[in-house]
Amino acid sequence: MERDVNQALAREFGLNAEEYQRVLDIMGRTPSFTELGVFSVMWSEHCSYKSSRVWLKQLPTKAPWVIHGPGENAGVVAIGDGLAAIFKMESHNHPSFIEPYQGAATGVGGILRDVFTMGARPVANLNALRFGSPDNPRTKRVVDGVVRGIGGYGNCVGVPTVGGEIDFHPAYNGNPLVNAMTVGIAAMDKIFLSAAAGLGNPVIYVGSKTGRDGIHGATMASAEFDANSEEKRPTVQVGDPFTEKLLIEACLELMATDAIVAIQDMGAAGLTSSAVEMAGKGGVGIELNLDNVPARETGMTAYEFMLSESQERMLMVLRPDRQDMARAIFEKWDLDFSVIGQITDTGRIVVKYQGETKADIPLAPLNDQAPLYTRPTVETPKQEQLNAARIEDRLGLTAALRKLIACPDLASRAWVWDQYDSTVGGQTVKRPGAADAAVVKLEGLKRGLALTTDCTPRYCLADPEEGGKQAVAEAWRNLTAVGARPLAITDNMNFGNPEKPEIMGQFAAAIRGMAAACEALDFPVVSGNVSLYNETEGKGILPTPVIGGLGVLDDAAQAVGIGLAPWLDVVLVGQTKGWLGQSLWLREVNGREDGAPPPVDLAVERANGDFVRARILSGEIRACHDVSDGGILVAIAEMAMATGVGARLSAHPRDILGHAFWFGEDQSRYLVAVPDSASFIRAADAAGVPAMRLGTSGGGDLTLPDGGTISVESLRTENAAFFPAWMDTNRS
Amino acid sequence: MKPGIVVFPGINRERDMAFALEQSFGEKPRMIWHKETDLSGIDLVVIPGGFSFGDYLRCGAMAARSPVMASIHAHAARGGYILGVCNGFQILTEAGLLPGALLKNASLRFLSMDCQLRVERADTVFTRQYREGQTFRAVMAHGDGNYFADDATLDRIEGENLVAFRYADENRNGSARDIAGVFSENRRILGMMPHPEDLVDPLMGCADGKPLFDALAAA
Repeated sequence: MERDVNQALAREFGLNAEEYQRVLDIMGRTPSFTELGVFSVMWSEHCSYKSSRVWLKQLPTKAPWVIHGPGENAGVVAIGDGLAAIFKMESHNHPSFIEPYQGAATGVGGILRDVFTMGARPVANLNALRFGSPDNPRTKRVVDGVVRGIGGYGNCVGVPTVGGEIDFHPAYNGNPLVNAMTVGIAAMDKIFLSAAAGLGNPVIYVGSKTGRDGIHGATMASAEFDANSEEKRPTVQVGDPFTEKLLIEACLELMATDAIVAIQDMGAAGLTSSAVEMAGKGGVGIELNLDNVPARETGMTAYEFMLSESQERMLMVLRPDRQDMARAIFEKWDLDFSVIGQITDTGRIVVKYQGETKADIPLAPLNDQAPLYTRPTVETPKQEQLNAARIEDRLGLTAALRKLIACPDLASRAWVWDQYDSTVGGQTVKRPGAADAAVVKLEGLKRGLALTTDCTPRYCLADPEEGGKQAVAEAWRNLTAVGARPLAITDNMNFGNPEKPEIMGQFAAAIRGMAAACEALDFPVVSGNVSLYNETEGKGILPTPVIGGLGVLDDAAQAVGIGLAPWLDVVLVGQTKGWLGQSLWLREVNGREDGAPPPVDLAVERANGDFVRARILSGEIRACHDVSDGGILVAIAEMAMATGVGARLSAHPRDILGHAFWFGEDQSRYLVAVPDSASFIRAADAAGVPAMRLGTSGGGDLTLPDGGTISVESLRTENAAFFPAWMDTNRS
Repeated sequence: MKPGIVVFPGINRERDMAFALEQSFGEKPRMIWHKETDLSGIDLVVIPGGFSFGDYLRCGAMAARSPVMASIHAHAARGGYILGVCNGFQILTEAGLLPGALLKNASLRFLSMDCQLRVERADTVFTRQYREGQTFRAVMAHGDGNYFADDATLDRIEGENLVAFRYADENRNGSARDIAGVFSENRRILGMMPHPEDLVDPLMGCADGKPLFDALAAA
């Protein structure tokens, strides 16, 4: 089982010649097989962020409400009432392609652990999904497995899945994206960190037993796929949501005491990364005795124990005098509890097994001398700004609207949401589809959280900097559209092979755009995850920097949804120039995916949003929806479909073409429903915010300015058709 | 009436249920761990939803054999009140305290959405704040809610008027005769698949579930 350690094996483990030489220099000898395993996973792209670290440093991470930014298991922000929201998003892209159900399920499980390991009770899950073309024969199987996996895990652990997004594009045919986000709530004075301390303190293993699953998962996630990816199935872990539920309850019960010195989940690279990170952050040493690790299988080697990514496991450092009390809690929950080591003052990780020392590595160089690359970058060439007058309006308003609302990217996602328990916990104020952001109330309080995930990958491909900026701005906008005060984001950077300069150029530009938006909107990044090498057979995905946004409402009852109520004025907030480049209309109606994407003016974004939020909180705005994919007409159709209430629309301004006005995707815009448009527009004028009346709500039809009329009921039917017709039939 | 919530490992709607009970009863219910056997002082045993023991065997099958179940059987034999919702309903059928069984949804997919329930009889301690024939909203969230019994059993429970609720809008899970909830013969045990406890506050959509808990609190 153990093999000779040399450069060839190192390469097989994902270390290049230079990296292997660095291992030799640090060790002063040839490393053991187990030691090489430890170095290779700790220095994998997945664990070390070696290609992305230099760029990530550019992101703003501070604000008065930020308690812990990137570097901990998840980000922590103060939300008032002595409470903190703890949240993060993480990808499980590679496993979800190989084995969709387990890949997605364990993605949910992993991100839950990142959040409750810090002391938070998870209160909401979201997930941002990107799939290949529905016409691709593999896509249906991936969608089915991923949706079942997310539901199977989330529903069982009892954390409501309240939001997220789904896009389709052929660029994801061989590489779907599964980005899972968890949000939890903890008391401000009960936040747990991972830095180990206390010479002689016991190191405790709790949770599931360790098996051989997921060995080298982190390495797999750091390489491209080829035609033989099926062979990598054994690197995918298997989830057990029941054990996760027990682990949540047991950990929270223990966290109510003063027993825990440090705690960290075993995620990517399992016992290796948790032990190395805990000891490394604490500046101490750690000694592990693998004979005491609960094992699911016999005959496992030290290498397998250290690299297993078996799920539902945690590592803790406890106060020695609280060990018995802690053991009683885990025994009550029928979970393994085993002392597997102790904290030392050697600054080394020492791994013993069956009387032998299998690894003995100095921690400082393992962490500090991890490779760091400033890889070459090439800027994405700018695309031409399209002139709407030169783009044919082939279908007219009515037919184009019907085509858009029925297309895979805009079709109702109810088929998906209806498989996720969105109400468990009893605090879900705005369920999926009801509002631009999900709203979850805090137990026993008025306060609520608003949550969203956003990214428009086709914008990012055309212009990664504008796309990165837009993703952050849209998250901020969606939180604003329910009335929430946006606080912070988590980011999930999904890109192709960083060794290709054009891909690294996309990454660097997206970060620049995101940083500018975070700065301008006071919307810092507090946690995140980078997933590179999203390529199959040399084909990369669209650059997809997904933003998970979190905002707060002092009173959750003030949240508004998108659904129209009858007899209100529909008003457009924000300026419309008729930007058709990269619009969904251009793609779905004209079959074109070109042009520069709509730019975001961050000062305008802020002014428009602050105005809308204030008017929501004053009670004037009864419904609000941001204008995004598909433009104004799709937005109003979505508002109508949400409640079944129609609207009659007025003519568009004469200085702009109809198709550009109704389907353009200019940014920083909202549709709002208000009782009195005149007074609303006066207030907007006073605030320097563009606003114009678009029509009046009421009745059961959507009446377009060209005289076309569609019943909301038929819109709903056409909007609902795609998913069931595709997924619930046997044709593929 | 004093309520207690039984918590099996893997149950996940105990907080929702405790909140709903507290709203109506004015005090927090006692939480009863599944290894406890002392139910003294409890008039209403509530078994909430979730995935007891992961439901890796038949739903509710493991929980129905937990230590607390002997006490629950004794409580039932004394004429005590029991409410089982979702996994709680499955556990009560597995324990033989209610007729029938819950199979996988006909679609073979988890179903999470609101549904309309019709009140079949309003002369029980659970339903007397509803009107017979009225409909109310409740939340469905289950993978195995397809009520099944043989025809003779179905004829018997209908003949004895033991159907508590039927799906009034759409029978999404394939339940026999649209049955969403059933009573025991003495009408002191109620099992139902949809969740009344998640709709007791208008902020969450409506408070249609509250009369059920109010009725119990007033008993």
